[in-house]
Amino acid sequence: MTRVGVVALNTFREAVRDRVLYNLVFFALLLMAAAVVVGQVSIGIEQIVIVNLGLSAISVIGLLMAVFIGVGLVSKEMDKRTLYALLAKPVRRWEFLLGKFGGLLLTLTINTAAMAAGLYLALFYVKHSIELADGVALVAIYFILLKLALVVALALLFSCYTTPLLAILFTGGLYVAGLFVKEMRGLHSDTMAPAIQVFLRWLSYVLPNFENFDVMASAAHGRHIPAALIAQNTAYAALYCAIVLAAAVTIFSRRDMK
Amino acid sequence: MAEAAIQAENLTKDYPFGFLHLKKKRSLEGLTMQVEDGEVFGFLGPNGAGKSTTIKLLAGLIFPTAGNARILGKPISDISMHQDIGYLPEQPYFYDYLTAAELLDYFAQIHNFKATERRERVDRMLKKVGLETARKIQLRKYSKGMLQRVGLAQAILHDPKVVILDEPMSGLDPLGRREVRDIILELKKEGRTVLFSTHILSDAEMLCDRVGVIAGGKLRGVGAPDEIVGIQAHGMEILFELPGDKVSAPSASALLSKATRTGNRYRMHIEEADVYPTLDQLKNAGARILSVTQMKASLEEFFMGLVSADRARANAVDVHGK
Repeated sequence: MTRVGVVALNTFREAVRDRVLYNLVFFALLLMAAAVVVGQVSIGIEQIVIVNLGLSAISVIGLLMAVFIGVGLVSKEMDKRTLYALLAKPVRRWEFLLGKFGGLLLTLTINTAAMAAGLYLALFYVKHSIELADGVALVAIYFILLKLALVVALALLFSCYTTPLLAILFTGGLYVAGLFVKEMRGLHSDTMAPAIQVFLRWLSYVLPNFENFDVMASAAHGRHIPAALIAQNTAYAALYCAIVLAAAVTIFSRRDMK
Repeated sequence: MAEAAIQAENLTKDYPFGFLHLKKKRSLEGLTMQVEDGEVFGFLGPNGAGKSTTIKLLAGLIFPTAGNARILGKPISDISMHQDIGYLPEQPYFYDYLTAAELLDYFAQIHNFKATERRERVDRMLKKVGLETARKIQLRKYSKGMLQRVGLAQAILHDPKVVILDEPMSGLDPLGRREVRDIILELKKEGRTVLFSTHILSDAEMLCDRVGVIAGGKLRGVGAPDEIVGIQAHGMEILFELPGDKVSAPSASALLSKATRTGNRYRMHIEEADVYPTLDQLKNAGARILSVTQMKASLEEFFMGLVSADRARANAVDVHGK
């Protein structure tokens, strides 16, 4: 196995042993309760409520994990000095960083997959069947995973050169800003200086665009999601992650382990 | 001539500090030294002297501001050099959710060993450091001494040619220290080069072929332990007993005025040239000689001397500058 894989599996093992996956119990309870309640009070909109609730929970839980575990991937190892012995071995710093990134992504994928299974179980409970159109929720879940990969990459980048608290603030700030990229791009006002408008437009292209990953409404209503959007989002997330991780590697490779 | 196992040339390290990291503090200045193949080399110095900085530079954890170093002929920036070195950090701390066996297996995977060989090596190392019975306990439940042993095990897991240990005896009880000493001697017997830092002279005297003394970020001397600290010998100490009925004798009273008393034993510090005449006088006074020892400066005194000299020099520069 490559060293990246070895580090990734150890990162996953850490998450499991730190009982990170316990959040699944909370998610399961939430969906079970929702399914029971919705099944009794709503007529015809069970699917919309369950899918919306399930996808929101998957997204929020995933984001919390991506940000809080993500910023600790490097800083925790530096604070506790656990990476001193590791970096003195024949492991390159980029291998370590990619391993940490891959490990958390693996944790998030398994976590999300388990929650997705829970979502479909709840859907089956209220509808007594699963149709082909319900598969759209899987695309929405895939988009959530792409979004989480981006957030982990950002958290990792910030944790390479600043404190965990600031890294959380920067990552959270960028995530929120990334939800309003289209608004920023289309912002026109007579009172706003042209230079600021140009700057905002430029900024909207640099910031991670998280709006494109939100297809929750389509998923809830079982509407088709074009293959082009899937391909575009996949390519965008891959490219953005690659750029952010390259920056993280550049910073981390020059960092002294004091 | 065979190439030195470790070779440092003008190695210098500045740490930035302050707002925007604009100021710099020099931790290591122009370190030039070499450790020969198969040698046990002790790095001596008080806290903050630059020992750990040097070791971290050699282990590739920090980057030199100036100068360079080579281990087994390879630059320290070369990742393949890490295949041949073992490193124990100061006060080591490892992933506490792993057991000792899992941690060693993890590091063995990093070294690309196959599963069968990993198992064999992990078992052998745990036995070597006396942790076979604790192999399945998570490291969060380990004592400081046990963590130090795990640290040693991971440092030598892959049979490195050069072993670099940062304060390997720190935090260990006398038994643990002896075990670490035995491991270092065993490594020497196997022909490996060992560089370790310590501020305990007895460890260095017992284990090292040569020591390097570092203080204030500068290397102050390299040589056999006796040469480095022994040159500071300052006089002799005579330990003797004097029966109560002989204390008041006139021949004894002059001698006793120079001695300090503990019970019925006396300790006297004299110049080396005065040893034989004093021994004659003590014999005549009816004293029983227990020991005659050459007095060497303790390492602490030696360090204090270096530090005081540095301060004096710094003050002189200040005064001159003003």
